[in-house]
Amino acid sequence: MDGPFLIAIGLIASGDPALTEIIALSLKVTLTAVSIGCLVGLPLGAGLALARFPGRGVIVVAFNALMGLPPVVAGLLVYLMLSRSGPLGDLALLFTPTAMVIAQTILILPIVISLTRSVVEDLWAEYREQLRSLGAGRLRSVPTLLWDGRVSLVTGILAGFGRASAEVGAVLIVGGNIAGHTRTMTTAITLETSRGSLGLAVALGIILLLITLSLNAAAWGLAQSARGRLG
Amino acid sequence: MKVDKVIASATTILPLRLKDMSYSVGNARLLDGIDLTVKAGRRLVVMGPNGAGKSLLLRLCHGLIEPTSGSISWQSQDPRPAAQAMVLQRPVLLRRSVRANLNYPLALAGYARAARSEMVQKTLARFGLIPLAERPARLLSGGEQQRLALARAWALRPQILFLDEPSAALDPSATRAIEDLIFQFSAEGITIVMTSHDLFQARRLAQDVAFLHRGRLIEHGPAAQFFDAPQTPEARDFLGGALIW
Amino acid sequence: MLSNTRALLLCAISSIGSIAAVPAFAQDFITVASTTSTENSGLFGYILPMFTEETGIDVRVVAQGTGQALETGRRGDVDVVFVHARPAEEQFVAEGYGVERFDVMYNDFVIVGPDSDPANTRAAENAVDAMTAIAQAGASFASRGDDSGTHKAELALWSAADIVPEGAWYLETGSGMGATLNTAVQVPAYALTDRGTWLSFENRGDLTVTYEGDPVLFNPYGVILVNPELHPHVKAQEGQAFIDWLVSDAGQQAIADYQVGGEQLFFPNAQ
Repeated sequence: MDGPFLIAIGLIASGDPALTEIIALSLKVTLTAVSIGCLVGLPLGAGLALARFPGRGVIVVAFNALMGLPPVVAGLLVYLMLSRSGPLGDLALLFTPTAMVIAQTILILPIVISLTRSVVEDLWAEYREQLRSLGAGRLRSVPTLLWDGRVSLVTGILAGFGRASAEVGAVLIVGGNIAGHTRTMTTAITLETSRGSLGLAVALGIILLLITLSLNAAAWGLAQSARGRLG
Repeated sequence: MKVDKVIASATTILPLRLKDMSYSVGNARLLDGIDLTVKAGRRLVVMGPNGAGKSLLLRLCHGLIEPTSGSISWQSQDPRPAAQAMVLQRPVLLRRSVRANLNYPLALAGYARAARSEMVQKTLARFGLIPLAERPARLLSGGEQQRLALARAWALRPQILFLDEPSAALDPSATRAIEDLIFQFSAEGITIVMTSHDLFQARRLAQDVAFLHRGRLIEHGPAAQFFDAPQTPEARDFLGGALIW
Repeated sequence: MLSNTRALLLCAISSIGSIAAVPAFAQDFITVASTTSTENSGLFGYILPMFTEETGIDVRVVAQGTGQALETGRRGDVDVVFVHARPAEEQFVAEGYGVERFDVMYNDFVIVGPDSDPANTRAAENAVDAMTAIAQAGASFASRGDDSGTHKAELALWSAADIVPEGAWYLETGSGMGATLNTAVQVPAYALTDRGTWLSFENRGDLTVTYEGDPVLFNPYGVILVNPELHPHVKAQEGQAFIDWLVSDAGQQAIADYQVGGEQLFFPNAQ
């Protein structure tokens, strides 16, 4: 247990290929999930902000609530879908990185949708008449509002990234924590903890924290300078 | 100032005719039975005390909202012709550069990229915005922002321009600059419909005046006649500086 | 700012392109459901590269509790199950989910507890006596409580001792062997663990082996091919190749050679 910091530094310094592989896979899975989450969630959230239809309130509340969906439940649902005995079993996706991407996307989507809706709704109140005056319909307003809300939206996207990269329950169930294939930072931490290698587990945790920290710092810096420069 | 050929050659959308036009929210009748014809080439200033419905009238004419009853029709029969633009009382500038702000409505209007960049460049030059072209629009001074808002509306080649309190929040020198621009637009053949709470500005700019009171249009005619010999007691009180409600 | 944000977006978009590259399937691989204790012991890390080198077949091990591993096999999500809960394995085969069970190896369970041994299990005649002593002393005992092979072995001991384990002294962690041992270290409490996990477990604290050696504590491992008649996608040929190798001389020798801290963990016993 002594010196997890030293172990962490040693691990990073050694450039251990197994560790590099784990970090690379974690980032790849989470970044892919975040990208898909954004590609789907940003337009959907913005659309939800602008659209008015019966049952809209129910959907808004549902997505807000889904932000708190326990990752294990998301993982279990994906597992049951992708299992050979499940409806999508023929795709042979269980215990692959793709399955982990799907599970994480499900965790990220409600966050991106809800935060986008909230940001775009506020912007829409301010921009609505102006955009109509300039000739933009509702649909055409969506990309404009997303682009003008980009600084605030980054916060939501980061929250999604944080949830996805930190979670272990879902990726463990659907990925299987297979060495060299579906082992991520968090499942490796779980494994090392169960082996009693607490020092190594903490060291991995420190590395995960450093990655998340630097990403957040970069986004924060970007947002600060953008606020300064964009008003 | 030479008349822009594009504007001069386009099919005219004016005059604009309002017939028995009313606008209500719930039980409140905010504009009531307005009959008004906006003729081409004139500078019309809509006047009236706060809450008379001036801003509402402009937004209805511009097509941002629909009248509750009556009609608003253009000569061109188009329900909302493209050759008209408006500068809102608090114009929203997009969180991007000055150049991108000018480009945006042109892209919406369907101009090709090459044509657009030429139009933007011309507009930047016309409004003295070239040194500011790459600056974020939201960080300009109040006067510069208003100039950009006017430039953005002008770039759309409007035949008629609606201006809602175009110098409300500006200092005297910026106000002066905006008024100069309005005169230049007018000289280019653009019809101006504007509101102003500033009597002196109205006197300087107006060729025609429409006077609103409690949602009704109670005077409409040449400016000189309105200022020298108002027909209604409400207008007389308004011009005399009395508070009327 | 504009160019920065654009670069960020581009980066995000290009990473989507890489999803196509994510499921980088090796040409030949099988998926094996096994137990956390086997995975934690490090055995797979030692023997699997030998098998892969010999056959070119990559083995992907999903480590779960025995109950979950058998369920994964039932659903057809793996090709082979490699677990240690003999009655459940036999039932798995009898119900038609598996083709045939092969003996591979065994290790043994040990009782670990605080070095002070408050229940005096060191003096116990046999494993059932040791468990009885713990219950009678009311000493804390950490149970997996997760329907795993180890948990089933523990319940069998309580049953043989005619004890219903309940009360403040009996702690069900509902988690894996490692997590349960971490709990036992903290309390401190007795626990039943397989020797493999114990030997490769680093966070032992004050815990030590207080009872071992009763044949009833032997823990046999079986390997079963998931029935391809039930799940046609099962890679029967490759899966059977893995089983054949495990029970072959080469496989048995590899298992016998695996040591942690100079101690042999698993004892091959293929027929």
